[in-house]
Amino acid sequence: MKYARLVWVNMTRNKRRTVLTTLSVAAALFLFVSLRSVNTTLADAREVGSESRMVTRHAISIVFYLPESYYQWLVTVPGVRSVSWADWFNGIYRDPRDFFPNFAVEAESYLAMYPEMVIPEDQKRAFLDERTAALVGSGLMERFGWTLGQAIQLRSPIWAPDREWPFTIRAVYTPTNPSFGDALFFFHYDYLYEGTSRRAQPGWYVLEIEDPALAAAVAETIDEHYRNSQAATKTETERAFQTGIVTMYGNVGFLMNAIGLAVFFAILLLAANTMMMAARERTSEVAVLKTLGYSDRLLFALVLAEAASITLIGGLLGVFGAKLAFEGTGFQGLGLLPNFQVKWATATAGMAIALCLGLASGIVPAWQAARLPVAETLRRVG
Amino acid sequence: MALLEIRNLSKVYQRDSQMITVFEGIDLDIEAGEFLVLMGPSGSGKTTLLNLVAGLDKPTAGTISVGAAEVTEMSPRQLAAWRSRHVGFIFQLYNLLPVLTAYQNVELPLLLTHLSKSERREHVMTVLEVVGLSDRADHYPRQLSGGEEQRVAIARAVVSDPTVILADEPTGDLDAKSADEVLTLMQRLNGEFNKTILLVTHDQRAAERGHAVMHLDKGVLTG
Ligand SMILES: Nc1ncnc2c1ncn2[C@@H]1O[C@H](COP(=O)(O)OP(=O)(O)OP(=O)(O)O)[C@@H](O)[C@H]1O
Ligand SMILES: [Mg+2]
Repeated sequence: MKYARLVWVNMTRNKRRTVLTTLSVAAALFLFVSLRSVNTTLADAREVGSESRMVTRHAISIVFYLPESYYQWLVTVPGVRSVSWADWFNGIYRDPRDFFPNFAVEAESYLAMYPEMVIPEDQKRAFLDERTAALVGSGLMERFGWTLGQAIQLRSPIWAPDREWPFTIRAVYTPTNPSFGDALFFFHYDYLYEGTSRRAQPGWYVLEIEDPALAAAVAETIDEHYRNSQAATKTETERAFQTGIVTMYGNVGFLMNAIGLAVFFAILLLAANTMMMAARERTSEVAVLKTLGYSDRLLFALVLAEAASITLIGGLLGVFGAKLAFEGTGFQGLGLLPNFQVKWATATAGMAIALCLGLASGIVPAWQAARLPVAETLRRVG
Repeated sequence: MALLEIRNLSKVYQRDSQMITVFEGIDLDIEAGEFLVLMGPSGSGKTTLLNLVAGLDKPTAGTISVGAAEVTEMSPRQLAAWRSRHVGFIFQLYNLLPVLTAYQNVELPLLLTHLSKSERREHVMTVLEVVGLSDRADHYPRQLSGGEEQRVAIARAVVSDPTVILADEPTGDLDAKSADEVLTLMQRLNGEFNKTILLVTHDQRAAERGHAVMHLDKGVLTG
């Protein structure tokens, strides 16, 4: 480590250039870690999806509704234990920036199907007994400083946009698995139905089946039954349904990865350029070190160490900056990314990338330093 | 046997299709403890000769040995290791690293040794004392005069106690007084510390400080 100072003084020789390069590496890795964490978080969320719950939605798209009458038949399908339904309410609290996911659900059956939500018994009763009551995740309560019994109002651009929807918070749930999310908001479908002059229809049905092994048969039966009806259906396990949503994000993810890759190469070129310039400026010094007996191998290592130091420092800033930024602020992607976290595997991958960046950007100048012909170089510079 | 033996040394540069013969068939012996001055017109090949002795360049033909080391036979790696222990190089333009202090510059060759930090410190402070700059240890090259820079460079050249010191016009860029100090210092290194020195110079006064003067001209070395 006695050579550390040599590496350090060379790094800090052109401070502005080194700082800029370090910061761009940091930015690139911040981006990488963020994107990757979105993916791992979504993957975790998908795991929450149960194999014994199924979702029946409109065959064309989740944005189309299904008739309420389907319920009557769905409960009769062999293997189906119970049926509930839900709607995406898209309610806005105060300002669109205060976004959180909110759903109108057929509450009694819905709660029975989702033991992931732990609710004190008295609160559950209070919620079920009141038409305008809301069930709110503990994280959401905390986020807005809400209290039990508090009245709040939402507006919904898709459901009766010209009015406010008053709610009273009657129950708070805590998720058994953090990936389920603690920032969701539920209320009664009946309230939605009445509030829209009975125009509301179920967005999707949730079915609990007796045995996950029956899933394929149940799906087949249901979709076949409605094939030629007014609204054909698509039925799949909740996990597959979530995977579908994730795949939707996934395409976005692919795009983001492509952008990430482009940024990565831009940063690589930048870092490589920095190292080239840095190395070119001191060819004569490299030659002098060689006259002192510094071997080609050592000079190669010193240049590489310098490049790697820059990118590793940038990496540390970017990777742990992201970890602290997201975990320190309890970031949840507005509730869409419950339990968002930068996993250690992601952080490690980020640092590995930083190291590779350093080696890749330093290899050419390191090679040049090692190969530098001393006699000619000294002659050239004086 | 002389400390430094040069036998039948030739150096020919090839530039495009043109062959430039710098010198051909040179023989030279330098005894241990000698202070030899090499003079000659510009372009006569003095720097080339020093580079060959230090193993920084390969001869076209001939051999060079320093003590037991066959310089012309060694691999680049062996040469680097050998150079760090046996050669001290002094340049006309000092060639200190501007980002390092005088102390750190002098310490550079010692980083290649197994000496501990405190041992290195001892060596560095000793040679800085010898060149009369122990009070400037923490100064950067730009804070030193040319003569002082050259003395730091000399300290760097001798700190690892090399077998030979090769100096290429070390006073070429100095005023008379600084040049005088540097030359006196080199004489001391030779007389007091018994260093073998090969000094290249254009300066007649510098030449007078050596034990003997050789001339290199048109590829021929004469005594
Ligand atoms: N890489 C090279 N390619 C071709 N010719 C070279 C090369 N290096 C040196 N020479 C030529 O070799 C000759 C000797 O050069 P050298 O630098 O050894 O001379 P010198 O005696 O040190 O001169 P000066 O007193 O000006 O320093 C010169 O004619 C020079 O042009
Ligand atoms: Mg010369």
